[in-house]
Amino acid sequence: MSLKIAILSGKGGTGKTTVSTNLAKVLSKNMKVLLLDADVEEPNDHLFYNVTFEEEKSVDVLIPKVNKETCILCGLCARECQFGAINVFEKGVLVFQNLCHGCGVCSKICPVRAIDEEPKSLGKLKFGKTDFFDFGMGLLNIGEPSGVRIIRELKKYISDDYDVTIIDAPPGTSCPVVEVLQKVDFAVLVTESSPFGLHDLKLAVSLVKEMEIPYGVVINRYDPAFAELTEYLGEEKIPLLMKIDFDKEIAKWYSEGKLIVDQSEELHRNFELLYENITEVLV
Amino acid sequence: MKQIAIISGKGGTGKTTLSASLSYLFQNPVMSDCDVDASNLHLLLSPVELKQNYEYYGGKKAEIDYEKCTNCGICKDKCRFEAIDFQQDKYVINEYACEGCKLCVLTCPEKAIKLVENLAGYYYESKSPKGVLVHGDLNPGEETSGGLVAEIRKKSFSVGENLKKDVIIIDGAPGIGCPATSSVAGVNYAIIVTEPTLSGFHDLQRAVETLKKMRVKFGVVINKFDLNESVSSSLEEWCFSENIDLLGKIPFDEMVNLATREAKPIILYEDSISSKYIKSIYQKISQILFNK
Ligand code: SF4
Ligand code: SF4
Ligand code: SF4
Ligand code: SF4
Repeated sequence: MSLKIAILSGKGGTGKTTVSTNLAKVLSKNMKVLLLDADVEEPNDHLFYNVTFEEEKSVDVLIPKVNKETCILCGLCARECQFGAINVFEKGVLVFQNLCHGCGVCSKICPVRAIDEEPKSLGKLKFGKTDFFDFGMGLLNIGEPSGVRIIRELKKYISDDYDVTIIDAPPGTSCPVVEVLQKVDFAVLVTESSPFGLHDLKLAVSLVKEMEIPYGVVINRYDPAFAELTEYLGEEKIPLLMKIDFDKEIAKWYSEGKLIVDQSEELHRNFELLYENITEVLV
Repeated sequence: MKQIAIISGKGGTGKTTLSASLSYLFQNPVMSDCDVDASNLHLLLSPVELKQNYEYYGGKKAEIDYEKCTNCGICKDKCRFEAIDFQQDKYVINEYACEGCKLCVLTCPEKAIKLVENLAGYYYESKSPKGVLVHGDLNPGEETSGGLVAEIRKKSFSVGENLKKDVIIIDGAPGIGCPATSSVAGVNYAIIVTEPTLSGFHDLQRAVETLKKMRVKFGVVINKFDLNESVSSSLEEWCFSENIDLLGKIPFDEMVNLATREAKPIILYEDSISSKYIKSIYQKISQILFNK
């Protein structure tokens, strides 16, 4: 069986990258692993590994290009565009590229076929290998509004050849995260011991529930003094998969780009248990 | 009225903690929480009392009328967002993937599809002990967070004008995508909060590039600088070589965890070490903004 696990968090900075990169390493000991960094605005997973990239390709959208000679300035394109991305003035037609979704409505609607479409790059995909597993990442171009398309293309690297695919999602609970969650088998929600962590965790929980995806929680920077979090998990019967204690040493390893499972045998063992707990929830 | 946005390449760098503290230091602010995916500022400015809530409609979604649909499949072929699937003998719109572009409506030969308005979230005007807070929540799974951020910005601005405030403090959305750029567009000054980690450095560079492109004036704060002094000093050197204002550094402070757990801004803990550093950052910013 090929298992697809998404790593999410209500907000950034809770330790998603830590969980993804370390889990991938631990599992690669006995399994064929693929790690996909779908946090396309700020991909960081590659900083923890020596990646040899073998493939790079651009992800494009089709942007309208208006032929001035043919256009009769009828204004239909501007009226039908749902995103306000094309405007008709007395002197011609202007396309706002960063508002355009590349949907094709304007070229379809133009009565005199004055609109051609040409590709514009939204970002890119990179694929390669670390010493332990295969790795892919997406990178959104600066100034582009949404990484959804890039994530959709990135997920096409998933195949049955892998025993496990780990997808590091963008933070939050909006559209790109939903794109990550489409057709995954399990979601790991990473949170931390604080009112912020709890607030954002609840949002993430409502999303995975709505999408009917089995899930469990990892508490990072665990602090027993903040009991509300474990109380909430208990009341809602949400499986707690792993706790990582609050530890300055761990923060330091992270800041140096080191994998924490390489630094401590106990943490290594904990990540193995994390996987066992995931499979237990799934049966 | 000046608008200041606090942003970060990534969440979790201490952006909200700094925003909440600044809202105590500036005398007369309107607070605007534009981190709609993870709006947390109200947790630190509590108790927050709701004055008004507004519905936010973002985008539209396609809907198929199965009385008319003949299962021809043209819509699925044409949709460029892979938002139409064939499931259990019929074509269905995947509401998460649909961008509401209308192409399917225009191509369906049976006129079986229409667009419907989509309630994407809410935003609120609230009262906090520090004054008005405008914040919002996007329904999970929605995409148009940039649009909601724009509504919150508009509301904060009109509230500020009406109450004759001097400053709007914006807790910005993380990242560099549309919600992040909506939170900084047109502000007088932006503060990027970063951390001395390799990822933090990487994210900072992307945030700086974005702000430069948008021609927004900005400065940098390094949070928890003593967690890794060597990365911290390369961050500093980089800022220096790029001619970027370093507004200040904040040391790692155990009190911040306590403050967050108690849901209070760190600035209220008079003897905490980080609040001293935050005060000096505040002075620098008010000098830049008001020449005082
Ligand atoms: S619909 Fe075609 S002809 Fe009409 S304004 Fe647009 S480009 Fe010109
Ligand atoms: S392709 Fe779609 S979004 Fe872009 S301008 Fe045309 S109608 Fe508008
Ligand atoms: S194009 Fe219209 S008729 Fe054809 S499958 Fe789609 S909704 Fe049904
Ligand atoms: S409105 Fe656009 S995105 Fe939505 S289903 Fe129709 S063609 Fe696809």
